[in-house]
Amino acid sequence: MNDRGRFQKRSIFLLLYILFALLPIYWMINMSFKTNEEILSSFSFFPQHFTWANYARIFTDESWYSGYINSLIYVGINTVISLTVALPAAYAFSRYSFLGDKHVFFWLLTNRMTPPAVFLLPFFQLYTTVGLMDTHLGVALAHLLFNVPLAVWILEGFMSGIPREIDETAYIDGYSFPRFFLTIFLPLIKAGVGVAAFFCFMFSWVELLLARTLTSVNAKPIVATMTRTVSASGMDWATLAAAGVLTIVPGAIVIWFVRHYIAKGFAMGRV
Amino acid sequence: MSTTTKPINQKAWFLVLPVLICVAFSAIVPLMTVVNYSVQDIISPERRVFVGTEWFAAVMRDDELHSALYRQLGFSLAVLAVEIPLGIMLALSMPAAGWKASAVLVIVALSLLIPWNVVGTIWQIYGRADIGLLGYTLQKMGIEYSYTGNATDAWLTVLVMDVWHWTPLVALLCYAGLRSIPDAYYQAARIDGASKLAVFRFIQLPKMRGVLMIAVLLRFMDSFMIYTEPFVLTGGGPGNATTFLSQYLTQKAVGQFDLGPAAAFSLIYFLIILLLCFILYNWMQRVGTQEVEVEQ
Repeated sequence: MNDRGRFQKRSIFLLLYILFALLPIYWMINMSFKTNEEILSSFSFFPQHFTWANYARIFTDESWYSGYINSLIYVGINTVISLTVALPAAYAFSRYSFLGDKHVFFWLLTNRMTPPAVFLLPFFQLYTTVGLMDTHLGVALAHLLFNVPLAVWILEGFMSGIPREIDETAYIDGYSFPRFFLTIFLPLIKAGVGVAAFFCFMFSWVELLLARTLTSVNAKPIVATMTRTVSASGMDWATLAAAGVLTIVPGAIVIWFVRHYIAKGFAMGRV
Repeated sequence: MSTTTKPINQKAWFLVLPVLICVAFSAIVPLMTVVNYSVQDIISPERRVFVGTEWFAAVMRDDELHSALYRQLGFSLAVLAVEIPLGIMLALSMPAAGWKASAVLVIVALSLLIPWNVVGTIWQIYGRADIGLLGYTLQKMGIEYSYTGNATDAWLTVLVMDVWHWTPLVALLCYAGLRSIPDAYYQAARIDGASKLAVFRFIQLPKMRGVLMIAVLLRFMDSFMIYTEPFVLTGGGPGNATTFLSQYLTQKAVGQFDLGPAAAFSLIYFLIILLLCFILYNWMQRVGTQEVEVEQ
């Protein structure tokens, strides 16, 4: 009985939070089906003059939809590189001590702490010099600055939770390091890999200042295209809301794919 | 990083090397360039005068910066005080498996995926008393509310917006941490007849220590650098109630185009975040290890 009361309390809390989380998003969806005049003139729970025009504008104008494609390309490159380099490094930090390990570990995180305003100009100069301006690879590399440290820290946290005896047993059983890492160790930290992948995707996807500074036409991301909706003639609320709804979709698909990694975790019995 | 004894192996550097190359590529040159700016008076690209630490001294004496710093500290502490417990509670109440778990995961993650300028814009409408759900509801309830007119309302709106936007980050990290606790721990606790509170205190909390540390540091440094959302929502006002450090810096760097002082400001800003994170990190590590000792 006591258990059930507790269960219900948890469910009510969860439902309240979901309501709190979804209402602003509902308002954005609601706005995306209205015209600008309707958004600004009256309060209504549902669009009175339902219109697809805002979505149609985004899907038919190449300067809009190419933004989504550009963003997806560099975010994809960035997430793959981040995880590939972070996995071995996180393993090294969680299993061995070596000269300067603690300093390097903390230094990595300090790269997320630079306030961007003044740093944009040197970034522009650096990426112009090496010829990576306005390329997908350029933005992907620049975003490594904050995603690699994040991935290393998250993965290290999960790896340290795995007892070292598992490594030792595997070596005694004759596993080579790559085989042990891929077939035994990685499945154990699935949840960490899932979360790290999602966060790398997310931070790169929403980052605006660096992506806008390093691109002009060929690799212009959706977040930069969106700033167009603010113009001299006022704010284009409806198009911005529709574009906002569409920016959620790719990330929602990503989390749908990694959900099993995050939700199931691991069972010791399988090892 | 745990403080337990680990075997010494200098070859581990080879595993870390790719990370160093990737990060250093974008980290070192821009930082050095900003250091270079900060000691010069840049009149035009050709005319630069070396001024030493003059900008640093000027920035340290700036009264507006001091008040922005205090506002910033207050805001970041409020963010941590609300988002960390709320995120833990949320993670504990999310279903562990099945379609419900998948659905809740996706719903919780949604707010993270919206570009920050859109977050600000949506809340700008959402909070308006005439056309926004939040403002409209509050007004119908008889509460005088205006985020453009009242400083407290503006501050609270920015805070609630941040809670809405970023609590999922804490929740997802904690949730993944909880899911990687082996069932054996819970079974042992059941045999011992441990209460739910004891399970939380002695199994779930210690096992979440690693991810919680990341969550606290991330939320601290990101909220300390918050810029886009309050800029779009309130523009720093009313007055300067929601002008946080980043916005003050941007006013200086872009608005007045004083590259030298702005660079000095950036470096001091960076060092403040670094120092506070370092203190927070070491404190959390100590708390964690002491707990382990108590348990044994």
